[in-house]
Amino acid sequence: MRELQVGLNQTQKVRLQSALKQLEELSSRVSNSSTASVTVADTIPVNLEDGVLKGHGTTEYNGEVVATLCGVVERVNKLVYVRTLRARYLYKPEIGDIIVGRVIEVAPKRWRLEINFSQDAVLMLSSMNLPDGIQRRRTAVDELNMRSIFEENNVICAEVRGFQHDGSLHLQARSQKYGKLERGQLLTVPPYLVKRRKQHFHHLEQYGVDLILGCNGFIWVGEHIEANEDEMMVDKDNKSEETGKSDLKFAALEQQEKAFTPFVTRRNICLIANAVRVLSVLGFNLSLEVIIDTVEASSSSNLHIKDMLGAEFCVQTAEREVQRRTTLIKKKG
Amino acid sequence: MEFVSPEGLRLDGRRPMEMRQIRAEIGAVSSADGSAVFEMGNTKVIAAVYGPREVQNRGQQLNDQALVRCEYSMANFSVGDRARRPKGDRRSIEISLVIRQTMEACILTHLMPRSQIDIFVQVLQADGGTRSACINAATLALADAGIPMRDLVTSCSAGYLNSTPLLDLNYVEDSAGGPDVTVGILPKLDKVTLLQMDAKLPKETFEDVMELAIQGCKAVAQYIREVSPQNFIFLASVSQLSVI
Repeated sequence: MRELQVGLNQTQKVRLQSALKQLEELSSRVSNSSTASVTVADTIPVNLEDGVLKGHGTTEYNGEVVATLCGVVERVNKLVYVRTLRARYLYKPEIGDIIVGRVIEVAPKRWRLEINFSQDAVLMLSSMNLPDGIQRRRTAVDELNMRSIFEENNVICAEVRGFQHDGSLHLQARSQKYGKLERGQLLTVPPYLVKRRKQHFHHLEQYGVDLILGCNGFIWVGEHIEANEDEMMVDKDNKSEETGKSDLKFAALEQQEKAFTPFVTRRNICLIANAVRVLSVLGFNLSLEVIIDTVEASSSSNLHIKDMLGAEFCVQTAEREVQRRTTLIKKKG
Repeated sequence: MEFVSPEGLRLDGRRPMEMRQIRAEIGAVSSADGSAVFEMGNTKVIAAVYGPREVQNRGQQLNDQALVRCEYSMANFSVGDRARRPKGDRRSIEISLVIRQTMEACILTHLMPRSQIDIFVQVLQADGGTRSACINAATLALADAGIPMRDLVTSCSAGYLNSTPLLDLNYVEDSAGGPDVTVGILPKLDKVTLLQMDAKLPKETFEDVMELAIQGCKAVAQYIREVSPQNFIFLASVSQLSVI
């Protein structure tokens, strides 16, 4: 319970422990195999006659399968591997993953992004849509204007395009939904809490908030932005026309309005961000339903946003999770 | 000076073959990828591991394995006289190198090419045997960071004073000027990764002293193995629920 540093009083501690114990029991009922945790150099019991495929975190020593990591032994048919629960490179990128990253360097024709992996990712200028939406060859002028698209420290959302032969990771952002993320919060959670799903972009309409669950454990909670390609076209038309002074003034006003996030939205961003924080502290998987559930629970109990990170709400969340899972199991069984 | 009394007790009341109390705690630095605190009696060391991450200095990047770096430092308040020490003095450079080589021998560096692993160890309280305490702390921090390793390296020192082999020297015994043997082993593979000795020692006695140090290493290994799983059981139980 390393990251749980909320001051729990005695009763809360007892409640939390009982909730976690229940969760443990539930999990062992589901997966049948007891969670066998190993440390480095522990022998993993296997039936060598059946033939064994050694996966990640294992080696062979003296005819035995030995763990090279601390974690949980997982078995899939013949494959035996050790899954760590805390590691930086625990995030294993796969092609098509949607990730959130931070620009750390603007290099010739490319941006380097920190993505919570053992290496930095590369986003080539040629593998992203230009802001004007035209498909064309990237010129030297484009290269000089790269900072007008992304600067250092900008937070970006992109998709994993593939791996180069030297192992470096390439990204692409070929759609309106990818690109710079503004006016919101970036949260970092352990990557194993985010599972790969069909949908990683969520628009929470009732809160006016966009939620991006990056596969790399970076989570973005920000104001909702209409990604509208039609709007883009209109803009272009406007530009081609003669832009009078009034138009300019109007544009400036519009820009000002755009730079302002209403108070309610800002509150909602904090609300959702805190829900994610509580869940990640407890180590629960982050899915839209669970996050929404937590948010609703906090608003129904009339809790102040800052109190969501307190001990009481943390314990309540754990207890609610127990309930949710018991009902799920009942439904299945 | 008498280091072993006629009753067979050392200055701090231990028997010659007795270790100081050891205590370890994983996860002391929240911002690090892995961290640990290790105590041997009054010696207290904190280790933090960052990585594997992008190589900071491109020129050092290795295309077939990870780059391991280590930085050893002593806090100003760690020793009796609060002297301001320059950062790169010879002693700390040497210990950094020793720790780096010891850890590099057990990390499976070929699994993480083109990346860098940083190990930072700092001595918070120095009472002899900081070298071995640093190695033990670094091992735990690496295990916490989820870096694949052949084995958990453990280290312990032993000395020879008043014609008695002594295990796990403290500061007073260490500064007596007698021989001080620091050993680092891979307990499971039964291999030695570190062996250092200052001063001379006859061959026969050396073997006794080294055997004693190895016994000490094994005792540390046993303790470390008990500590490290505790942290994982909790995490395991919760994240297993992904099935649902």
